[in-house]
Amino acid sequence: MRQIDVSQVSRALAEMAVEANCYLGEDVCGAIARCRKEETWPSAKDTLEKLEKNIALAAERQMPLCQDTGMACVFMEVGQEVHFTGGSLEEAIHQGVREGYKNGFLRKSVVADPIRRGNTGDNTPAHIHYEIVPGDKVKIVFAPKGFGSENMSQIRMFPPAAGLQGVKDFILRTVEEAGANPCPPIVVGVGIGGTFDRAALMAKQALLEPLGTHHPDPYYRAVEEELLERINGLGIGPQGFGGRTTALGVRIKTFPTHIAGMPVAVNINCHVSRHKERIL
Amino acid sequence: MERKEGKMARRLKAPLKKEDIKDVRAGDPVLISGLIYTARDAAHKRLVEMLEKNQALPFPLEEAVIYYAGPTPAKPGQPIGSAGPTTSYRMDPYAPRLLDLGLSAMIGKGQRSDQVKEAIRRNGGVYLGAIGGAGALIAGTVKRAWIVAFEDLGPEAIRALEVEDFPATVVIDSQGNDLYEIGRKRYLDSLSL
Repeated sequence: MRQIDVSQVSRALAEMAVEANCYLGEDVCGAIARCRKEETWPSAKDTLEKLEKNIALAAERQMPLCQDTGMACVFMEVGQEVHFTGGSLEEAIHQGVREGYKNGFLRKSVVADPIRRGNTGDNTPAHIHYEIVPGDKVKIVFAPKGFGSENMSQIRMFPPAAGLQGVKDFILRTVEEAGANPCPPIVVGVGIGGTFDRAALMAKQALLEPLGTHHPDPYYRAVEEELLERINGLGIGPQGFGGRTTALGVRIKTFPTHIAGMPVAVNINCHVSRHKERIL
Repeated sequence: MERKEGKMARRLKAPLKKEDIKDVRAGDPVLISGLIYTARDAAHKRLVEMLEKNQALPFPLEEAVIYYAGPTPAKPGQPIGSAGPTTSYRMDPYAPRLLDLGLSAMIGKGQRSDQVKEAIRRNGGVYLGAIGGAGALIAGTVKRAWIVAFEDLGPEAIRALEVEDFPATVVIDSQGNDLYEIGRKRYLDSLSL
C-alpha cells in the first residue's frame, strides 16, 4: 500500500483552482487561434481577437479569464493500492477548493440550497466523482464549470428506433437553441448510452478531453467531425453575433446500454473550457 | 468617436439619456463611460420585492444602466476582479418592469424574451452585449467600484461601477432590431453570394 496524506490533495487542488481559472489550456488557445485565422467574417474575427487578448491579459496578471470561476468539479482516479491518511479525503478536497478560491481571489458562486439559495461563501461543496483504478497513483482533474453554458445543456432518453439520426438532430438542436447564451465558440461534450446518470457523466467527461482528440472508434470519430462541421454551418458565430466559429470541438463518449434505451446527454462548455490535471 | 471594428464606436455617457440611444442600431459598437450598476439574479428578485412594497430602490432607476454581472473579488490595490457579463435571459422576468420605470439600458449577453424586446421598444431603451468570457479584458475599463446594496449576496451584491470606455455592442435597439437574428442572417446570406 502506498500512503498519501490527504493534505497533499488539498494543496494540489488549491493550486489547480487558480491555475485552471487564470491560465487556459494550450489546446483551447490553439483552437481559438486556428479559428481566428480561418474565420472569414470580420466581426467574428474581431471577437476572437478580443478573446485572445483576454487570455493573454489573464495570464499576465494572474486574473480569472472569466468572472464565473465555476462550480468546482473534481474527478478523482484513485489507484486501488493507495491508502489515504491524515483525515477525510472528502473534507480535504473541499478544503483545497476553499483555500484556492479564497487565496486566488476567485468568485464564490455556490448556494447552499437549490431552492432557498444562500451563498456558502467559500465555493464549497465541490462536486466530486471518484473512480477506483489499478495502480498506486492518484489522478486529480479539476474542472471549474461555469453555468452560462451548463444551463444550456440537455439530456434525453431516446428509443433505440431514433437511431444515429435522432442523436445528431438532438445535438444540433441543443446547440442551436443555446445560441448566444453559452458564450460561443463552445465546446460540445456528448455522452451516448449507459443509464440516465451515466450519459450525463460521460458528457461532462468528454469536455475534459483535450481538443483535437477523438473517440477511438472511427464510427464515432466521423460523427464528431460531421457535427463540428454542421454546428459551424449554423452561422451563430462568436458571441452569437454571426460567423463560422460557433464551436471549437465536439467530443463523444459512449457506453453499452439497455435493449430498450438510447440515452443522450449534451453538456456545453464556453470558450473558456477549463481543466487541469495532476498526478500524485 | 473612435474607429472600432470597422465602424465608428459611439461614445455613450451613463446614466444614459434616452435621446442618446434612439439612433444607435443593432450591431453598432459603443463605448460607455460614467456610472453603471451591477445586478444579477438575486439582486433583481430583491429590487422587484422592494417595488412591491413601495420601498425606495438603492439607486435611481431613471436613465440607469444595469450591468448583468457578478465580478470576482478585487485583489489588493485593484478596483475590481474579472468582470464580464452573465447570461441575460434569467433577468427577463424582471426587466420589463424596470424598463417601464425608466431604466435606459441593460448590458449582458445572450437572447432576450419577446416581452423584454417589446418593453425595450415601448420605452426607447437598449440592450447591449459585452463579450462573455472576457472578464479580465473588461475589468480594465472599471476605474472604481463600490457596493451600494445587498452586501450579504456576495458576488450578487449591487455594485456601482465607474467605467471608462467600457466596450459593448448594440444587440437590441430601440426599434426592436435584434443582432442575434440579423448578424446570423447576414453571415449566412454572405455564404450564398
